[in-house]
Amino acid sequence: MGKGKKVQLSIGDKTFYAVVTVFLALIGLIVLYPLIYVVSCSFSTPESVMAGDVVLFPTEFSLEGYKAVFRNKKVLLGVRNSAFYTVFGTMINIFMTTLAAYPLSRRDMPGQGPIMMLFTFTMIFSGGMIPNYLLVRNLGILNTVWAMLLPGAIAVYNMIIMRTFFQSSIPQELLEAAQIDGCSDIKYLLEVVLPLSKSIFAVITLYYAVAHWNAYFNAFMYLSKDQLYPLQIFLREILIASKVDAEMMIDNMSGGPVFGIEHILKYSLIVVSTIPMLIIYPFVQKHFVKGVMIGAVKG
Amino acid sequence: MPKRNLKKRIWRARQLYLLLILPMIWLMIFRYVPMAGLQIAFRNFSNRAGMWGSPWVGLDNFRKFFADRQFTSLLVNTLRISLYQLSVGFVIPIVLALSLNIMTNGIFKKTIQTLTYIPHFISVVVLVGMLMQLVNPIVGLYGTVCQMITGSRPVDILGNPAAFPHLYVWSGIWQSAGWGSIIYVAALANSDQQLHEAAQIDGASRLQRVWYIDIPSILPTATILLIMDAGKVMNVGFEKVFLLQNSLNLRYSEVLSTYVYKKAFGAGIPDFSFSTAAGMFNSVINLILILIVNRISKKLSETSLW
Repeated sequence: MGKGKKVQLSIGDKTFYAVVTVFLALIGLIVLYPLIYVVSCSFSTPESVMAGDVVLFPTEFSLEGYKAVFRNKKVLLGVRNSAFYTVFGTMINIFMTTLAAYPLSRRDMPGQGPIMMLFTFTMIFSGGMIPNYLLVRNLGILNTVWAMLLPGAIAVYNMIIMRTFFQSSIPQELLEAAQIDGCSDIKYLLEVVLPLSKSIFAVITLYYAVAHWNAYFNAFMYLSKDQLYPLQIFLREILIASKVDAEMMIDNMSGGPVFGIEHILKYSLIVVSTIPMLIIYPFVQKHFVKGVMIGAVKG
Repeated sequence: MPKRNLKKRIWRARQLYLLLILPMIWLMIFRYVPMAGLQIAFRNFSNRAGMWGSPWVGLDNFRKFFADRQFTSLLVNTLRISLYQLSVGFVIPIVLALSLNIMTNGIFKKTIQTLTYIPHFISVVVLVGMLMQLVNPIVGLYGTVCQMITGSRPVDILGNPAAFPHLYVWSGIWQSAGWGSIIYVAALANSDQQLHEAAQIDGASRLQRVWYIDIPSILPTATILLIMDAGKVMNVGFEKVFLLQNSLNLRYSEVLSTYVYKKAFGAGIPDFSFSTAAGMFNSVINLILILIVNRISKKLSETSLW
């Protein structure tokens, strides 16, 4: 695209590029500004935020908000639970998704088409909220960690991405060669396909992990014990229902409440809960984009 | 295929079937059993009699739902939010991708792309929490800016029912337009560059090239996504609406999915059968919509899901 740009641009084209550049810069600002604002507020004193002094950067630097967040035992409990669900949930996801995606990528397997249809149909039609709830209840996994791990064990969309990758990126000749050598399908999957599929596993792992960390609905529907709640449930209590525990408000040093802290700690909490996802993001950005592109190719 | 041949092929694929056992069990239990569970919409469900023993009542639950005095407003609210979401949410990622594709400055392009992906990684709870903080009249950006301009604190827009669809849709755009544009950026990058060169030689302006080359090249992708979106018209995401809802904005914010939830879990006497009927109405309309749009698209553009 950028090649051969020696060609003189007409005035019309020059204006057009200028307009598009300004438009994109504006979009960038619109996306960035709320993020900066939240981070700046989280590092400010309650007084300066309430007075409306924070416009771009913190006016009076303070860590009060963060201290309040880490005083809250529920937040720590939520982080621990969410980490558990993210790690184990993602492991189950990857295992199950691979088990489904590989056989379904093999067009020589009789019944591949109809089985695939059974999976894809669930993307456009489902039992809905109540039948799902009753299922979880009847299985006896209401209020257990399994309610967080099993119902979403396979995301059909991710399975299709993985399947498309197997079909398009693993040369067919490898399979033929392996079959001539008498290699079984399972051995072929483990020793040939998996080592060649690292990039797609990175993508799918991260899709699942982000989904687990951010998941709210299953916990909301199927859990009612504090000990099991993931971070998102506690976040809702604090950020949206504004239930702020006394322990967050009290300053350890003076023993008295910090004025206006309930407003400021929300900003800090938003930062704390989102940081883990944003930290991994730059490392995997290339892979993520690749995953979306594979998904774009119709399988 | 001759029969013996098929048997042989099945035998040869035995290990593949072995791999599929667990996923198939999962699929049946967690996806198809709930579909079978939809039959309680035609029963009068009680916890004691259970899913398979409660008495049949035919279409009573559906009749009750259609006669519900909230029915019309639920339908209107659902459609208002989802059609709004569908139109804006469909167009903006495309505009963004076309603009990004026009940029020849690599660093600028990359920066904007990366920036616009970030909100995708924020959870719904945090997004709603952020939104509520930002529009907070006392400690939020909205309050601060209003005070700068008008000199006084504004009224709370979260309590304004008419503002609800805008808040819902535009916060969604902020969160996912960038991510949604990736697929189009990819399609544009894969399009035929010779067309551009030929057009340039013929003296086409960049805008003309957007119109006659770029847009046609992403049309198939856009059509597929539009069909998929059409299947979600009745599915206004429960989570975000529920989180953004408050007693003041219910007039615009009560949608089918939140109503289904409240009838089953929010009421004193849970009515699972009625809720299931309402939810099923929702799913069936979605299914019909996706089939219709797919059919139309197949006729018009030869692009379709299957």
